[in-house]
Amino acid sequence: MEVPKELEKEADDFICHYPQEEKGSASLPLLHLLQREFGYISDDAISWVAEKLGTEPIKILELVTFYPGFRQKAPGKYHIRVCRTLSCAMAGCHQTMEKICELAGIDRSNVSHHDPIAISTDGKFSIEFAECLASCGTGPVCLVGDDFHEEVKPENTEQLLQQYK
Amino acid sequence: MVASKDSGENLVSVQVDDHWISVPRGTRMIEACKQAAAEVPHYCYHPKLTSPGNCRMCLVEMGMPPRPSPGEEPELDADGHAKINWMPRPVIACANTVVDGMGIRTQSLLAKECRQGVMEFLLINHPLDCPICDQAGECTLQEYSVEHGNGQSRFLESKVKKPKNVEIGPRIRLDDERCVLCSRCVRFSKEVVDDDVFGFVDRGSHSVLTVHPDRKLENNYSLNTVDICPVGALTSNDFRFKMRVWFMRETKSLCTGCARGCNTVVGSREGKIYRQSPRENNDVNSAWMCDTGRMEYHQLENPARLTEPMIKRGKKHRTVDWPEAICRAARDLTKFKGEQLAIIASGRMTNEELYLTRTLAESLQPGVVDIVKREGEGDDYLSHCDKNPNVNGARKVLKIRSPGSKLKSIRKRIVEDKIKALLVIGEDLIDCGFTEGELSSLQCLVSSHIIANPTAKMSHVVLPGAGYAEKRGSMINATGRLQRLNKAIDPPGQSREDWEILHELNRAVDGCDGVTELADVFTQMASTLSIFKGLSLSRIGDLGVDVMDTGETVPLLEREARRVSEGLIVG
Amino acid sequence: MADPRYIAGKKPHPRERRMIFRNVDRSGWDASIATYRKDGGYRELKKALKMKPAAVTDEVKASGLRGRGGAGFPTGVKWGFIPPDNNKPIYLICNADESEPGTFKDRYIIHQDPHQLLEGILISSYAVGAKVAYIYIREEFPEGAVILERAIEEARTAKLLGKKILGTDFECEIYIHRGAGAYICGEETGLIESLEGKRPYPRIKPPYFPAVLGLYMCPTIVNNVESLCHVKHVMAMGGKKYAQLGTPRNTGTRILCVSGDVQKPGYFEIEVGKLTMGELIEDLCGGMKKGRKLKAVIPGGSSAKVLRAGETYTIRDGDKEKTIGLPDIPMDFDSLAACGSMAGSGGVIVMDDSRDMTWVLNNINTFYAHESCGQCTPCREGSLWMKKITDRMLSGGGVPSDVETLVSVGNNIAGRTICAFGEACAWPTQSFVAKFPEEFKKHTSRRNIGKALNPETKTASAGLGD
Repeated sequence: MEVPKELEKEADDFICHYPQEEKGSASLPLLHLLQREFGYISDDAISWVAEKLGTEPIKILELVTFYPGFRQKAPGKYHIRVCRTLSCAMAGCHQTMEKICELAGIDRSNVSHHDPIAISTDGKFSIEFAECLASCGTGPVCLVGDDFHEEVKPENTEQLLQQYK
Repeated sequence: MVASKDSGENLVSVQVDDHWISVPRGTRMIEACKQAAAEVPHYCYHPKLTSPGNCRMCLVEMGMPPRPSPGEEPELDADGHAKINWMPRPVIACANTVVDGMGIRTQSLLAKECRQGVMEFLLINHPLDCPICDQAGECTLQEYSVEHGNGQSRFLESKVKKPKNVEIGPRIRLDDERCVLCSRCVRFSKEVVDDDVFGFVDRGSHSVLTVHPDRKLENNYSLNTVDICPVGALTSNDFRFKMRVWFMRETKSLCTGCARGCNTVVGSREGKIYRQSPRENNDVNSAWMCDTGRMEYHQLENPARLTEPMIKRGKKHRTVDWPEAICRAARDLTKFKGEQLAIIASGRMTNEELYLTRTLAESLQPGVVDIVKREGEGDDYLSHCDKNPNVNGARKVLKIRSPGSKLKSIRKRIVEDKIKALLVIGEDLIDCGFTEGELSSLQCLVSSHIIANPTAKMSHVVLPGAGYAEKRGSMINATGRLQRLNKAIDPPGQSREDWEILHELNRAVDGCDGVTELADVFTQMASTLSIFKGLSLSRIGDLGVDVMDTGETVPLLEREARRVSEGLIVG
Repeated sequence: MADPRYIAGKKPHPRERRMIFRNVDRSGWDASIATYRKDGGYRELKKALKMKPAAVTDEVKASGLRGRGGAGFPTGVKWGFIPPDNNKPIYLICNADESEPGTFKDRYIIHQDPHQLLEGILISSYAVGAKVAYIYIREEFPEGAVILERAIEEARTAKLLGKKILGTDFECEIYIHRGAGAYICGEETGLIESLEGKRPYPRIKPPYFPAVLGLYMCPTIVNNVESLCHVKHVMAMGGKKYAQLGTPRNTGTRILCVSGDVQKPGYFEIEVGKLTMGELIEDLCGGMKKGRKLKAVIPGGSSAKVLRAGETYTIRDGDKEKTIGLPDIPMDFDSLAACGSMAGSGGVIVMDDSRDMTWVLNNINTFYAHESCGQCTPCREGSLWMKKITDRMLSGGGVPSDVETLVSVGNNIAGRTICAFGEACAWPTQSFVAKFPEEFKKHTSRRNIGKALNPETKTASAGLGD
């Protein structure tokens, strides 16, 4: 894994946000940087963060596996997270999920707790359910990458996917 | 949270299950209950480690005395204590400290319901593999489920699947389905031995204890995690599937791997040792020991163990009975006097053996007596760089000033043919740099050991001794503490406890016969040597007594004391 | 498309009293510091810096402001817990982890009025003596984090951050710290652990009260986004005047977020206690969906106990007690508590008569089973167990004992865990089953007893696996 110079500089800036003897605080920020750069957190990324922060690799693995915000496998070009929680479920998020999968060619039949992400056959889209995205009044909602979308009813899904070429 | 010494004003009154007791201010509730003989079940709590309060097994009902407004008198009960207001929410007894007038109920309906609930939660995803689990018989999950469990399962779902039989280090295996996630092993590794290798991955009910694939649990204290694991999640490769714990006899003894003298329990059955684990002694080893020391017992299983006394005739040894061997040794040794004779004893010998060596030397009058120095690598925890367990005993009893300093001149004088006879006890001289040529030039070589080592092969008389777990005696550790070694199993074949061999030799040399038991040897020694004054073998007790000030401290104990004073641990 | 629904010029409902949300959807408004300052922004900071820090705290105490994150603890009292003889650094943390299902207020503050939050943080940091403040923002707000970063840069350029703020000796830095998707980080000690780079396992209290042993074992104040914004308005109005808003003990305004089966879901800032549940649903949200009847309401985020239409409650009215129905409940902390639920985070989820309560509970159980951190036994094992039971009930494998087992599992969790997540995950089960027993019995059958059930069966709501 090759970490670009600029990224390392960014990492160093983050580390400065915390007291010198509390470098561990920069774990999440650094993991976010690496996920942004590489799309997911690889074993090498875990070791890199551990070394950078002077901690044991297990302490970083503990975090990566705890937070669903970190992925341990490469997602599609566009990663979709559909809110699954109550208000969005009442607004029909499961139908939205089905429709997106149908349109994007994603088979979710093998997702599990340990492997929640499904990827389209062409690798363009990947998808997973996420817990409450905190926009309960405008459900179903989803994130595509960092873009937030509201009222993604099944009938709006085609238009949604078309935005991502 | 600091538990201070119990001077009168630092005591507080606490009611435990309707009985009032006095405990030092700052005592944890769980310890106060223990003092009141109301043991509170627990998994995560360990007095030597910080308290995360995660298992929730020690939930008890707690009450506080009311705070009367100024001028108002509190309502008192029949014993003169302020009436207790009981809280509706249970609290964990492990991490909370007592205050004056506090009430604790460990047997109330609420407390019982809490325990029952936690037990059920711990068992729903736990495999039913007690019949093949090494922990069975000393598993708190098993014990508590009998006392606090439901008796039958309401769980109709499938259990969470987790990794099994994971090799997390060279000596330990992990079964995550058995793990109750108490984090004792995590905390031990981090807090006591600074090796923060354990972690939890995933989350919720899927949480799994593990180590990073590139960073295994291989520190020299790893097996302590097996001891403190309250269930069968961490098992020792060495002990796995070998013996049911309830069949084992437990003998309190010492580790003789170094000068620390860690207190141990030796588990044995029918003349075979199955494991050795640390025994708590807060003046010596806290509750821990190193893996190296723990594995020492395997030396007793050496296939080259000497089992019969032997006499060399020509190039071959033949087995003889003890009287013949002792008689021959005494006869040969007494042929030489002063400069012609040397005795090389061992820092691994007990005080009693050293004392009998001393009396023997008084009769034989050798020109020189020394022991073999045994330096190795120590660490900042328990392992001492002096690998002899009883150098201080050799100093005091055998008057060895500088261990090993005379070995070189002994060699020289063997080569010069000045020394013609050598008595070697518990050492292999080839291992100490002597050559076969040197030893073969001796007219008399008598040796005692447990292994048929090269020295034994060169010896004219070979006396098979007993291993450290096959004999009794006392030793003085690096910090000057006199401790007792106990016999867990019999020495194999005809081999005998070394004190008996030395006693027989003494008798054969000077004809005196003063002692019949090991305790008598100690008593005789105590009347001669001032540091043992007033002591007897039985008075040493299980935890030993300080007899010397060596100026040495134990870093691990000092750190532990610091954590106690900071209130982080109970100690 | 990317911005959360920004409806410029959308008029607040006449029953609203907007302070915190004054600029949300305001026409001509943007998130820049120029716009904020033109509107009088950072005036309250200036005012506060002329006062002694303790005097600022006194104002907040006098205002009666209660935390808007969920527990409703008085903010000023919380600040007062910092030991007076402290000589360690003090930290302020803004809890922007907005993660209680049903709640979506902080999102709008962050997106549309970030400087209001920064001003609130600066005033509060000054009051408590913090030189460093962290905004812990949930990972699912990536744009929010960018907007806040930009606002911080603007504030730094305007010398509102750093040393010698507004020419005084007050110094303060604000840093953004992004979470990574964990409900438990909304719990303040879990958040602190997360910020320290550890697994967000909540700490035991005692001894780890954040105001004494918080971030890096230093005194730390953790306040919700909305609470910190209120501090600015307390400064503007003065504590006493602010306390006149709302009702006694339930002062000020608060933002209610309504979702579910109403005509017009949305956010409404109201004077606390000056509006009833019925008015909220009927007047502000335009009533239930066409042809549907109200069945149940979760009044304060998904962990709040459910209220069933048709129930009656006894609440205090001055010295007297009175009996009221669900629509009559005043939307304040104490009234909702008296009705056996809570105002919580202000997330109101409305359900109509088309909803199957077992399905609803299963959805909530799935959430809590997924979000349990796994540190302590009852919540770790119990949350997934409850979810598995409702999964099985929905897939047709329910047995009669399930109803009782569900409640008893909930009872064995609530009150017995390290943090309030225990209650959060148990209360839905306890209340749904107690209030809608017939709906749960409906999903059970004696014929299922002893059958080899297939617990691996995927159910409609088992979106995340288990």
